Amino acid sequence: MEKRFIYADNAATTAVSEEVLNAMLPHFRTAYGNASSIYKLGRDAQRDIEDAREKVAKALGADPKEIFFTSCGSESDNWAIKGMAEVQEKRGKKHIITSVFEHHAVLHTCEYLEKKGFEVTYIKVNDKGLIDPEDVRNAIREDTALVTIMYANNEIGTIQPIDEIAAICKEKKVIFHTDAVQAVGHVEIDVHKQGIDMLSLSGHKIHAQKGIGVLYIRKGLTLPNLIHGGGQERNKRAGTENVPAIVGLGVAIEAATKNIAEKAAIITPRRNRLIDGMLKLPYTRLNGDRDKRLPGNLNISFEGIEGESLLLMLDLNGICASSGSACTSGSLDPSHVLLSIGLKHEVAHGSLRLSIEEDVTDEDVDYILEVIPKVVERLRSMSPVWEKMMKGEKYA
Amino acid sequence: MMYSEKVLDHFSNPRNVGEIEDADGVGEIGNAKCGDIMKMYLKIDKGIITDAKFKTFGCGAAVATSSMATELIKGKSIDDALKLTNQAVVEALDGLPAVKIHCSVLAEQAVRSALSDYYTRQGIDPLPIVGEIKEPEE
Ligand SMILES: Cc1ncc(COP(=O)(O)O)c(C=O)c1O
Repeated sequence: MEKRFIYADNAATTAVSEEVLNAMLPHFRTAYGNASSIYKLGRDAQRDIEDAREKVAKALGADPKEIFFTSCGSESDNWAIKGMAEVQEKRGKKHIITSVFEHHAVLHTCEYLEKKGFEVTYIKVNDKGLIDPEDVRNAIREDTALVTIMYANNEIGTIQPIDEIAAICKEKKVIFHTDAVQAVGHVEIDVHKQGIDMLSLSGHKIHAQKGIGVLYIRKGLTLPNLIHGGGQERNKRAGTENVPAIVGLGVAIEAATKNIAEKAAIITPRRNRLIDGMLKLPYTRLNGDRDKRLPGNLNISFEGIEGESLLLMLDLNGICASSGSACTSGSLDPSHVLLSIGLKHEVAHGSLRLSIEEDVTDEDVDYILEVIPKVVERLRSMSPVWEKMMKGEKYA
Repeated sequence: MMYSEKVLDHFSNPRNVGEIEDADGVGEIGNAKCGDIMKMYLKIDKGIITDAKFKTFGCGAAVATSSMATELIKGKSIDDALKLTNQAVVEALDGLPAVKIHCSVLAEQAVRSALSDYYTRQGIDPLPIVGEIKEPEE
């Protein structure tokens, strides 16, 4: 078996596409004007930014005036949540609803607001990694300032019932924000039709560069500034615009959203083959609903082994992947997402996430399915946990 | 996160993996809940550790420190093995990331736990010789 290089971690980040890079390059050495300058070089930059804004708006079903460029997905989440909290606090609303398995950009922001006197309800998810919209309805109170629920989960890829949640929020007159960082480019989004009030996205998950993001803010909503200074982004977010990144994002989002169904038709069968192949191994489980998930995502637990070792083994075989083990989360606890769907600690430690795109071919799938059983078997053969499992002894 | 070449080498080609059927001392440390378990097997002849093997459930550093610890005690006297510190394991591996130091402590304690079992099997109270075995915090 010849060694291959397979990038199967697109949920972590993606390569800048050639198309995006080519669109960006002139903005470093020739079209480098400051968009606030009066001369042509500056006006051209301004025009290119507005072009990109239009592309983003079109991709989301929004109006360009509703699109604000930020420095990343985390900034968008912070701005949406802290900003809306500040606005609503003045109206006496100090309750926020979110879910237990949000990205830390949302969770830690909510925890920060708790310290500032806000009350936060963390909606539980079921064992398939899905939120019941009725739980959101039941959590809404008179003083609810904001509901923020992610569109698709970054670890297990489950797609949440965003339309239903948005409709409930609209009915109850509560603002609804969604972290769509993992969803954009993989599911069809139309913020107006869906009734989404605010939406965060990030460039580096859709083949733009790292360090560029967007917050969509529905017309009629006003957030306080997160960054004070110059008059950029309609006086809302100061800082000389990162023109190359913005231009790149415009190209990236246009490309990512134009053929969502075609991409899914290619990726889903390959992803399913990976799932079925891995589930043939004993003591494995798929984490997250099989159907309501991002086309390229799979998350599997292999009992008796630990995720970081698995990743290192895969790396030795040229496969880039990710895990929810404690060792990769930098704490003693495994991923809060895997625990939230009811996995035991020791099972969560042995999880593997692959997030593939069309460039992962059928041959690559074959290769992965050859490598995985070997490395899982090898790690199990040296695992005292596996030994105990096989003897039917208690191990945790 | 940066692992040294030595760590990666001991991870990808771990020395002394396995079990010793007729071991004279077997120790186990850690728990699956916190993500690391090391099991250490020792063969001891006239106070000398003639063979050492291990099985580990854990991260790259857990495997590498187990591997290195067995290397460092093989052929040594029990007294020398009792002097093995986690620091010595870390140094032999050309360092470990700060968040992984606890793995080297586990390796050190796994050796002590196996020696403790050895003394117990000999009918000798291990506590005065080996001291308390430190289980990792949950
Ligand atoms: C769901 C989700 N939200 C937010 C972020 C943060 O995005 P960024 O890296 O652009 O700050 C990520 C990226 O890891 C994500 O997956």
